[in-house]
Amino acid sequence: MLGSGIIKGLAETGRNFVGSYFDPERMTTVEYPEQRLAPKENTRQFPFLVFDGEAALAGLRCVACQICEKECPPQCIYIEKSREKKPDHLGKPQFHPAIFDIDISVCMSCQICVEVCPFDAIKMDTEFELSTSDRFGGLLMHKDLLARPNSHFLKVHPTDAGVIDARRAEERARLEAKARLDSEAKAKEAPPAA
Amino acid sequence: METPQQIRDRIVGAVAGLQVECLPNGAPAGVPSLLVGRSCFREVAIFLRDDPQLRLDYCSNVTGVDWPERTEKFKVRRQVGEVEKDVEESRVIPGCLEVVYHLYSMSLKHGPLVIRVRTGDRSADVSVPSLTPVWRACELQEREVFDLFGVHFDGHPDLRRILMWDGFVDHPMRRDYVEPDDYDYEPTPHDHVLDRALARAKPGEAGCGSGAR
Amino acid sequence: MMVTQRSSDEWDRPAPVAGSYAFVVGDDPEDPGSLLEVSMGPQHPSTHGVFRMDVVLDGETVVKLKPVFGYLHRNHEKIAENISYLGSMPYTDRLDYFCSLTNNWAYALAVEKLAGISVPERAEYLRVILSELTRLQNHVCLAGFLAQDMGASGTPLMYGFREREKILDLFESLTGARMMCNYMRFGGCRCDTPPGWLDEARAVVDSFPRFLHEFENLLSSNEILMSRTQGIGVLGKDLAVGAGITGPCLRAAGVDYDIRKVDGYGIYPRFQFRVPLGEHGDTYDRYMMRILEMHESLGILKQALDGIPEGPIIDPKAKLRGFRPKAGESYGRIEAPKGELGFYLISDGSPSPYRYRVRPPSLVNLTVLEDLCVGHNVADTVIILGSIDIVLGEVDR
Repeated sequence: MLGSGIIKGLAETGRNFVGSYFDPERMTTVEYPEQRLAPKENTRQFPFLVFDGEAALAGLRCVACQICEKECPPQCIYIEKSREKKPDHLGKPQFHPAIFDIDISVCMSCQICVEVCPFDAIKMDTEFELSTSDRFGGLLMHKDLLARPNSHFLKVHPTDAGVIDARRAEERARLEAKARLDSEAKAKEAPPAA
Repeated sequence: METPQQIRDRIVGAVAGLQVECLPNGAPAGVPSLLVGRSCFREVAIFLRDDPQLRLDYCSNVTGVDWPERTEKFKVRRQVGEVEKDVEESRVIPGCLEVVYHLYSMSLKHGPLVIRVRTGDRSADVSVPSLTPVWRACELQEREVFDLFGVHFDGHPDLRRILMWDGFVDHPMRRDYVEPDDYDYEPTPHDHVLDRALARAKPGEAGCGSGAR
Repeated sequence: MMVTQRSSDEWDRPAPVAGSYAFVVGDDPEDPGSLLEVSMGPQHPSTHGVFRMDVVLDGETVVKLKPVFGYLHRNHEKIAENISYLGSMPYTDRLDYFCSLTNNWAYALAVEKLAGISVPERAEYLRVILSELTRLQNHVCLAGFLAQDMGASGTPLMYGFREREKILDLFESLTGARMMCNYMRFGGCRCDTPPGWLDEARAVVDSFPRFLHEFENLLSSNEILMSRTQGIGVLGKDLAVGAGITGPCLRAAGVDYDIRKVDGYGIYPRFQFRVPLGEHGDTYDRYMMRILEMHESLGILKQALDGIPEGPIIDPKAKLRGFRPKAGESYGRIEAPKGELGFYLISDGSPSPYRYRVRPPSLVNLTVLEDLCVGHNVADTVIILGSIDIVLGEVDR
């Protein structure tokens, strides 16, 4: 019968309309600023720099190796190395970034900097409300704005951060054990002379 | 499907005087390609389309490749004075533009066969026969090669620029293409871009924001 | 005014495009003023992006149509030739921004062929799952947009978007982004699934048929939709093959050519699925092709989600940095939701490709736009364009 298809369609629309009041499968919208969806662990927005300890700029894990700067496809990272070295968490002297800028108006959130970083120093944040009234300066993030504590990393990506923390603790423990063995060996060698 | 070498032998056997050459491919899973002379390019294409064993009725991909003039260095064993020595010599490989076609058969479901054709040089003698009358699939893609590489296709029904605008003069996909320096630079963390941005800014107004405009 | 369909053999050189795209009054010497040149687009919502059609009209009937594009051109190929192989991967997301995962796969496939990298089993399964999910969300949006083009403003599209959102949520929890996924790597995928992801995917796949049934009830037998689409924009078999049309448009014309079957790339030969074929090649067939393909995709998804093994996600030999394939060339192609998506790469042994070419299905499918539209009304060109399914990010690159 001509028109039966239209009536079938209208019935479907009616079902959807009624369902949108009580059927959870059809109630999918969220009133954004007041209500928010649960954050997803893998979500990525823009990069941040992880630091350990209390002082943001002193504890940066970044050693200014500039791999991320080279690999970044849209070239939005700019790094300048420091002149002097300071010890990292294993006590090895390393450079640190004198300047570390990310232009997040250029950044395309591809996560390649995170993947290529051998020091777990740069990670993706989940912060997305970054609007600013200054188009150029406001979107150019310097290292003081980029630095976030490890506790923030643990909060946004708990799995990833847990694995990395465990690995770093293990490295440190291995180093300490080695140092202890070395000093014991030295102590064993030393006494006869004394 | 036969190997490209067999196809080449069959083409040359079928019609005398056709210039077809089989080029090797270094990739592990790659197939060799056939380099066809310009003068007989369309005959070869029609042969490949109509041959009952091949029936390559579907031209998937058309693209250009730019090969600028380059010098190749190689070593030759020569008699120098009294001793025989390896002498380094160089030869100039003239530049050309190349158009590559990937052919498949939809009726026999095989492929690909890669055929390529080269222009005489990169500036004056840049025309090759168009394959649009053979496979209509080439129409927009040949226009794109004309636009981005500057290859002229003889016999193309509608050879106009396709991605760049009509008044544009250069061919952006060529290796030696230089971008025109006519942007409004915006300050970024990159020093060289920032330098250009500042140089463009009005004196005294250097800095962020409107200074670059 | 006689209107004839142009065949692929008879070529007439078109008149040069007029400089002004305002209304240009006619050029028919016998009946001056009868022809009207109208520029549709580039900022028109029916053109699915920044796309323009120069249409010459005789009353309501289309006499001539020239597609004009390039407004979104950013020379993706040139960018890719100047950065590393890995660096192009996030740029491929931006080609067909609806289907970033299939774009990733096509590029990864071409590079894997170029360098001879193998892919572990679990990654192959994940690739199939993700690309079929991509196909679902692309087709469901297409059907919604097509109804929107016909004037069903919003309702079917919003139903489609509601379901698509569930799939995008899956993408986000796996890859980190809803649309710009950047997930596949040479020799596998970037990261393993988070715990419970496969169950979530199974739940989405299980609930999808109910929605599809509703959607078909809503549209497929709707008399208005049928009268607007049946017999409109008929694409013949020979023209389709000659013009290199691929994907659902080709199969709607009745040509059995699905690269998943023909090439059997990835692990597709392991799955049971049928290739739906159209009979008339008109706009309604192209619409139905998408609906039927969604059913087949659901079948593949069920098999893949049941069969996915545990194991590594990426080939340990594949290098992330400093990747330099040996000199050579390769062409990798897959059945993307819009047609054959191919990547042609030439390597000269350096860290960036010597030549990097994308074979965009949307661009080649536009070849026949004029042939489909000539003789129909202006309002039909919008539907025909919608049923070809173009994305301007891919047409212009």
